Amino acid sequence: MHPVKLIAVFAENQLGQMARITKKLADIHANIRWVTIVTSETLGVIKFLVDKPDLAYESLHAKGYTVSYIEILAIAVEDKPGGLNAVAECLARNNINVENASGFVSDNQAVLLIEVANAAAARATLANQSLRLLSEEEIFNL
Amino acid sequence: MFWNQATETIDRGSLGALQLKRLQETVARVAGAVPFYRQAFTERGLTPAHIKSLSDARHLPFTTSADLRATYPTGLLAVPIDETLRLHTSSGTTGKPKALFFSARDVANAAELCARCFVMTGMTKKDIFQNMMTYGLFTGALVTHYGAEKLGCLVIPAGPGNSEKQLLLMQDFRSTTIHITPSYALYFATFLEKKGVDPRRDLAIRRAFVGAEPYTEETRCKIEQALGVRVFNSYGLSEMNGPGVAFECEHQHGMHLWEDNYLMEIVNPKTGEPLPDGQTGELVLTTLYREAMPLLRYRTRDITSIIAEPCACGRTHRRIDRITGRADDMLIVRGVNIYPQQIERVLMSLPAVGRNYQILLDGLDDMTVNVELAEAGFDGHVEHLTKLQADITDRLRAEILTKPKVHLVPPGTLPVSEGKAQRVIDRRSL
Repeated sequence: MHPVKLIAVFAENQLGQMARITKKLADIHANIRWVTIVTSETLGVIKFLVDKPDLAYESLHAKGYTVSYIEILAIAVEDKPGGLNAVAECLARNNINVENASGFVSDNQAVLLIEVANAAAARATLANQSLRLLSEEEIFNL
Repeated sequence: MFWNQATETIDRGSLGALQLKRLQETVARVAGAVPFYRQAFTERGLTPAHIKSLSDARHLPFTTSADLRATYPTGLLAVPIDETLRLHTSSGTTGKPKALFFSARDVANAAELCARCFVMTGMTKKDIFQNMMTYGLFTGALVTHYGAEKLGCLVIPAGPGNSEKQLLLMQDFRSTTIHITPSYALYFATFLEKKGVDPRRDLAIRRAFVGAEPYTEETRCKIEQALGVRVFNSYGLSEMNGPGVAFECEHQHGMHLWEDNYLMEIVNPKTGEPLPDGQTGELVLTTLYREAMPLLRYRTRDITSIIAEPCACGRTHRRIDRITGRADDMLIVRGVNIYPQQIERVLMSLPAVGRNYQILLDGLDDMTVNVELAEAGFDGHVEHLTKLQADITDRLRAEILTKPKVHLVPPGTLPVSEGKAQRVIDRRSL
């Protein structure tokens, strides 16, 4: 099971930047499953979940972009009231501090993507819990 | 190793006597041949006979950059123009250039001084010298070119820029020594990284002569690490023949200045008052052995100090410290005096910071420092970038006593320079 990772791009906040970067991803036929842009004053980081992370990394890097992987946890959430709460309770019980989080729903599957300080350790901790962690393959096949 | 051991290790007494003899000859010659100096002597009631000791040099008039422009093109020539062999100019950012003439002896002598400098770093005729400085009116490349030829090295007159070609030359001809500006050296290191070239494994370069722009010890370390070379600091200025005025020996601690050719003084940059050895001020140089265009007490505007202690290498010519700034580069921001090198020192000491930066002055007195992140400094988290930005701001404020705006930018996004870098852009509407 491959852990899920995001591609993060450090990009200057300028007109057309998003268009240029997504064009590179389109050129390699990478399918973007999820995206977020984080800005802080003049700093901007675009994070993608794509189905070809390594190819996307290489291709952006070759074009001179500053790229990094971010390993994350993709947690399956029941698509019903209380679904997210059950996950949050479990993370809290296990002392897992969430640095960034976002979620999406695909068909009837809700997914919570979380960034934590140490993804590998968090994954090990959660292995014995009732939560289901999605692999890279599962995410792309949703 | 020495190129000219007798002169390089001459005892201080004999060196002083040689300097005085040459100073007296120089003063007598310009009094006769250069109306500009003749007039200045008359105004001061000075004749060549007044120069009885080296300390009398302080009575001589200064020569400034403005004087060179005012007497442009031939006003400071001490020989008929058909006795000259070569013209170089020093570009100013504004106005007329400065014209510098070399006689046949001056060309040969400038090469001799460069040969001394090169041998001082361990270079031999077996070395292959790739000269990545600008050829042409600028002295940087031609003067060192002649010096390396004099030493008997294979010289590759590559000139600056065109990094692909530079790399090809290095690979095919196994260049061992390069001559380069610090800004281009940093850019070239990034270029090699992108190409996947490890200079230690793939190239033969082991030594770099780095000059033409002031740079810091931190930048030296970055260049040494990134290019796998030992960096030797080179000091020169076109007005004094260009490179070869002062150079680091193998001990890499201060630059030996060839005192048989130049009389050096350190003065207070504001008042012109001479300062004792060890104190920091403006370097003032008098040519002692220049034929075509002798200059008396030239105000270099470069800020440094004299290291008078003997050097382990055995050379008796005193050293000057790394240039900490140019008097002309000093910025006044919100009433505070700042040298760009202070900013560079802070930036280059941080591993997460890359190799390029830019200082922008805007509006009334707003300072923005654009800083490239190191390639390895990005882990995907904007929070870490924000933290680094705040850290740089704090460190800069501690150094320059005013708080700049700091913008981190991705590596490779600031304008690059393959010649002299323009680090400061002043757009203030003061």
